[in-house]
Amino acid sequence: MEFDLPEDIVALGDTVRKFAAEQIRPHSRDWDRDQLIPDEMVAQLGELGLLGTLTPEEYGGAGLTYLANAVVIEEISRQDGAVGLMVAAHNGLCLSHLNLAASAEQKQKYLPKLASGQWLGAWGLTEPGAGSDAAALESRAERDGTGWRLTGHKQFITNGLRAEVFVIMARTDPSQGAKGISAFIVERGDEGFVVGKKEDKFGMRASDTVTLDYENVYVGPERLVGEYNLGYIDALKVLERGRVGIGALSVGIARGCLEESIAYAKERVAFGKPIAEQQAIQFMLADMATELEAARLLVYDAATTLDRGEDARLKASIAKLFASEIATQAGLKAIQIHGGYGYTKDMPVERYLRDAKLCEIGEGSSEIQRIIIARELLKGAANLY
Amino acid sequence: MDFRLDDDQRQLRDQLREFCKHKIAPQAAQRDVDGRFEDGLIEMLGEMGLFGTYVPEQYGGTGLDCVTYVMTVEELSRACGATGILVSAHHSLCVDPILNFGSEPQKHKYLPKLARGEWIGCFSLTEPGSGSDAGAARCAAVEKDGGWVINGTKSFVTNGLQAHVIVLFAVTDPQTPKRRLSAFIVEKDTPGCTIGKVEHKLGIRASSTTELVFENCVLPKDALLGERGRGLRVALETLDGGRLGVAAQALGITEAALECSLGYSQQRVQFNRPIADLQAIQWKLANMATEMAAARALTYRGAWLKQHRRPYGTEAAMAKVFASEVSSRATNAALQVYGGYGYCTDYPAERLLRDAKITELYEGTSEIQRLVIARQLINEPQWVTRG
Repeated sequence: MEFDLPEDIVALGDTVRKFAAEQIRPHSRDWDRDQLIPDEMVAQLGELGLLGTLTPEEYGGAGLTYLANAVVIEEISRQDGAVGLMVAAHNGLCLSHLNLAASAEQKQKYLPKLASGQWLGAWGLTEPGAGSDAAALESRAERDGTGWRLTGHKQFITNGLRAEVFVIMARTDPSQGAKGISAFIVERGDEGFVVGKKEDKFGMRASDTVTLDYENVYVGPERLVGEYNLGYIDALKVLERGRVGIGALSVGIARGCLEESIAYAKERVAFGKPIAEQQAIQFMLADMATELEAARLLVYDAATTLDRGEDARLKASIAKLFASEIATQAGLKAIQIHGGYGYTKDMPVERYLRDAKLCEIGEGSSEIQRIIIARELLKGAANLY
Repeated sequence: MDFRLDDDQRQLRDQLREFCKHKIAPQAAQRDVDGRFEDGLIEMLGEMGLFGTYVPEQYGGTGLDCVTYVMTVEELSRACGATGILVSAHHSLCVDPILNFGSEPQKHKYLPKLARGEWIGCFSLTEPGSGSDAGAARCAAVEKDGGWVINGTKSFVTNGLQAHVIVLFAVTDPQTPKRRLSAFIVEKDTPGCTIGKVEHKLGIRASSTTELVFENCVLPKDALLGERGRGLRVALETLDGGRLGVAAQALGITEAALECSLGYSQQRVQFNRPIADLQAIQWKLANMATEMAAARALTYRGAWLKQHRRPYGTEAAMAKVFASEVSSRATNAALQVYGGYGYCTDYPAERLLRDAKITELYEGTSEIQRLVIARQLINEPQWVTRG
């Protein structure tokens, strides 16, 4: 049993924390207003290796563990959940799928530019009619010679606006359900592939979320990722790992809520003393901190389980569910502690709440997580440890 | 970073779980009805070394570690909440302060018998007029003829009936603020020390909770535990450790709630299918398991820090407040899963709910835990940042 982070991860966390405080924090309000993370920031993140966290070093990535990746995402998200989401989706969805299932040639072609941040990556599973019920997706991949023609729509695709590389799940065998879906690499320039509507969102506004529309887009055989008809199975593995990232994102936002609230409560005087001396405020801070600590431990447990190569399905769902829900609660408490000022954009906490809420929805809603957890329990996973 | 018990610990846990399944769990309902531990239980637990899990072997203990100890309390509590606190109050609140603050003669005198369970221990700080406000205790210890004379009434002493060894807190210096209290080791059969009221409780009914009444009770000089005037510090540091035991107790009760809910919901058929097929029930199971995992992580992280002699008070307070509140929610949900049958004593759910509640109260109420946590956050906000 060991509850200390390894020293190299502590050092990495310190570096990212400093970077986020100095280079991200001053701009987050503007980026949220303008619904954009500037290209310069993407480049800076790339230079720091933060856009290739989980990609092996041989392909230009940082080759980090899931634990280190979680720390990185937490530190970014502490200041800006939207930047955290961009980084998490790039690393934890697009790159994760390629790392998991791509051929050596595909990895050679795509990973170095994605890992350096020269290209951004996106991942397309969700459709207008298939979110939680992802296996009901309708995008078709029709055989055309040795390749396929893709037709369909994807919904709520993070990073889609600027991505060069998209991993798209489409149906290759309509008679098979979940085992009739394959994954394909689509490049931005592929004919007939259109980045559609950009969503105007409640939170995570600086992180672009788009629809994708494609009609008879030709992809050659070299674009199939992983095994034919097993793309959805790979997608589920990707989501399982991605959940740990969203858990870390939630932990970061919750920590931001707590840190801001402690500082504010110590400064703000009411009734002749700092509000930090009032029990009602103290109790809110104590609850935020306790839930934050628990959430972080759950994320780390899931991450280290993945790093050991073990099945982390239950732990990843538990971590994501718990961390996201406490993050929203932390956002609400943080605004309450800041009072009227918390309701204005001069304070970051209203944005933290707006950003946190996404975490209860994306990469598997809380309802899906509960279904997964209950199913694992009923299969006999109650003795978790 | 690794959240797993090591192989030895896991093996011990599996053995203990098997033992509890046969020797502790089946008797839990009757213990609750009778309001007492059955004859032979203490001896059985004593033979297994469970009363001295982390007492070093040189003092007659099992010589294991704090993480393993917390695991034993969790497993015992999963089978029977009252049995869990029997061990936890003894080990965390009586054995531990003697280990940490006792002189060598005191350790050699008391630890071997305590570790074997030949003597049971208890902790006596609370009084009718001072619970959360522990520093306002009034039971007095006056120096006289080279010894001490104790007068006063203590309340809510867990293990009060079974205990032979009492770690007692009394006022030695009424005029010195912050250094009023001192700790003492008292043997129950000392003249002038009697058991007063025996409480009848909502839950953990087999666990004895009593008053202790001191009337001109004379103690030898060397009954003093630790430094004179430092009693409150002894008490509060001891309670930090006790909180981990209570967190483990709450965790065990939560596991029992989940386990029986899983079993019942898969058997009970309504609307032509097991109620486990219904989302409303699945939601309760998922929430129980999720909160349980969070409570476990906090508890074992606290235990690990204590084992490594690192500061752990805030972490222990977090584990205790969180695990205890989880256990109340989980047992309430479990009773709901059982429906009408859950309300009847034939089924375990109602006892689990009654047992869970105490964990939010003793060894520092949830309110006190929140004050402890808040104090850390406000005094050292950088504590939040470290990952």
